[in-house]
Amino acid sequence: MSRIAGVFTALRQEGRGALIPFVEAYDPDRATSLTLLKGMAENGADIIEIGMPFTDPMADGPTIQAAGRRGLLAGATLKGVLGLVHEFRKTNDRTPLVLMGYLNPIDSYGVKAFCEDAAHAGVDGLIIVDLPPEEADLVLPDASANGLDVIRLVAPTTSDARLKQVLAGSSGFVYYVSITGITGTRTASAADLARDIPRIRAVTDLPIAVGFGVRTPEQAATVVAHADAAIVASVLIETLCKETPEAVIRDVRALAEGIKAARKAA
Amino acid sequence: MNDLTPNSLRAWPDARGRFGEFGGRYVAETLMPLILELEQAYRAAKADPEFQAELDFYLKNYVGRPSPLWHAKRLSAHLGGAKIYFKREELNHTGAHKINNCVGQILLAKRMGKTRIIAETGAGQHGVATATVCALFGLPCTVYMGAVDVERQKPNVFRMKLLGAEIVPVSSGAATLKDAMNDALRDWVANVHDTFYIIGTAAGPHPYPELVRDFQCVIGNEARAQLMEAEGRLPDVAIASVGGGSNAIGLFHTFLDETSVKLIGVEAAGKGLHTNEHAASLNCGRPGVLHGNRTYLLQDHDGQILEAHSISAGLDYPGIGPEHSWLHDIKRVEYVGITDDEALTAFQLCSKLEGIIPALECAHAIAHIIKIAPQMSKEEIILLNLSGRGDKDIFSVAKYLGTEL
Repeated sequence: MSRIAGVFTALRQEGRGALIPFVEAYDPDRATSLTLLKGMAENGADIIEIGMPFTDPMADGPTIQAAGRRGLLAGATLKGVLGLVHEFRKTNDRTPLVLMGYLNPIDSYGVKAFCEDAAHAGVDGLIIVDLPPEEADLVLPDASANGLDVIRLVAPTTSDARLKQVLAGSSGFVYYVSITGITGTRTASAADLARDIPRIRAVTDLPIAVGFGVRTPEQAATVVAHADAAIVASVLIETLCKETPEAVIRDVRALAEGIKAARKAA
Repeated sequence: MNDLTPNSLRAWPDARGRFGEFGGRYVAETLMPLILELEQAYRAAKADPEFQAELDFYLKNYVGRPSPLWHAKRLSAHLGGAKIYFKREELNHTGAHKINNCVGQILLAKRMGKTRIIAETGAGQHGVATATVCALFGLPCTVYMGAVDVERQKPNVFRMKLLGAEIVPVSSGAATLKDAMNDALRDWVANVHDTFYIIGTAAGPHPYPELVRDFQCVIGNEARAQLMEAEGRLPDVAIASVGGGSNAIGLFHTFLDETSVKLIGVEAAGKGLHTNEHAASLNCGRPGVLHGNRTYLLQDHDGQILEAHSISAGLDYPGIGPEHSWLHDIKRVEYVGITDDEALTAFQLCSKLEGIIPALECAHAIAHIIKIAPQMSKEEIILLNLSGRGDKDIFSVAKYLGTEL
């Protein structure tokens, strides 16, 4: 069983949802990213999403845009991000790592080489924002050949008719972009989630993670009452900017507590 | 005439929106359903004679089509070679070819029941054209424009405001066209329910490269008929500047299967192709994926997008429409580079000899004509798409020439 499937199976038995915090690689430097990865894994992160900086992050709001710029200034490259994963894996073989980014750097690296190197470094899954199912044949064969989950994005605009097509060939979990918008802006309400999540459940057995606009332990608890995981990104980057890596880890711990206290929606 | 090509070069893109390996639909899932809806709506509109009739009505009575074909006798005589014709797109309402596409897209937006329009702009010509059709149809309009371009294209910023558009200066990245397009896409994702994105060039996710091209093909179709009437034959060379490439593909498309017509696209070589300051994605870039399509891009070895540079805000973009990437690869079109300095010289020469102040974008194509016309015979014909007027550029040109206005 893959690391991601293993985590969700265990959590299902435990009866709670997963917390997936986000780290933008090299923001503001490599050492900080490594500290965050280790600290998050020890303080309640069930899976960690690592952002691969790109000059033109079209789906991201100002917070992650700025984080990506700082990462690039600090010298982030795809090779560097894989090196970071490799180093993290020396002390942690348990926490699944999912890389999130845009297609062009991967395309430039070479899709086959990237999938091989990512799997070798210890990456578990890929989220490629600008790779819809219509173009996914570019990456799917090499990703599967290397045991990498290709995590699909589902949006509020994805129709029921389209859902099946979107989820064909996906594995790991489903990433539900809970708002029409960019990262770190609006937040979906409990009513939105109660309406949207069953729509996705109807067509897949994969766990459903909700991202975009999840900021507080309360919101995270609301999310896992309906879905299987909460993805938290922009607010952690804001904390990193204003405070310290330790403060980010403190917030991750609080989010994890929020999720543990959550009750499943009837 | 066409016996070497079993399939017409004009039949692209394929069902996946690709021109060879280029094009496609590389967008986030939130936008994907909209892009598919747009494609359906466009197919239906294309097949609807009423849509075509409405488009023709506005092109004739509002834009002022057909635009004239002008024999540039003094420039031809000065260069001492080929006969040079200008397709006068700068005489269109709003002063450039951009309006052809905007009229088409806003009619499509209306048909789809969209109530809000967004656009990106570089030089401001597309922004002005979009603001214009929005005023005409009474739709609210938001234009994203790089902060650097807001500064160097002040007259157009003021025009857009007069027309009732909201201008959003974008300060991320190099604060030029690429960054404006990023923010327009972000706006679209956040407002999918009511918003139509009028993309200004033949780039972006499918079906934009196809539909923008189709709306611009009126340029080449008219010019071809006008030249047949004037000279009884096709041109030997058809030439246009390329940034995103909408004016060039609009001129070239009708000639793609005519092997006797040499097609030349002129990229902005900025301070020189050997420097890092240019916008020549075909001559100096390599294929990648940005803004929804696979195409030639200026990028570093790690796939990060590089900033482009050109004296012309309209050419200052690190990518190019996907059909041009394909035409470059199959060598149907020759793409050359012209520097800022060469364009400035051509800008002044055309103004003095023809009484036409060309947009800096077109001055690039004129600069290449200055190089090739003298080597051609007096019987040969060059057809230039004079895609915009240069009034918007007089401030930046004055600055380069050291003149205080």
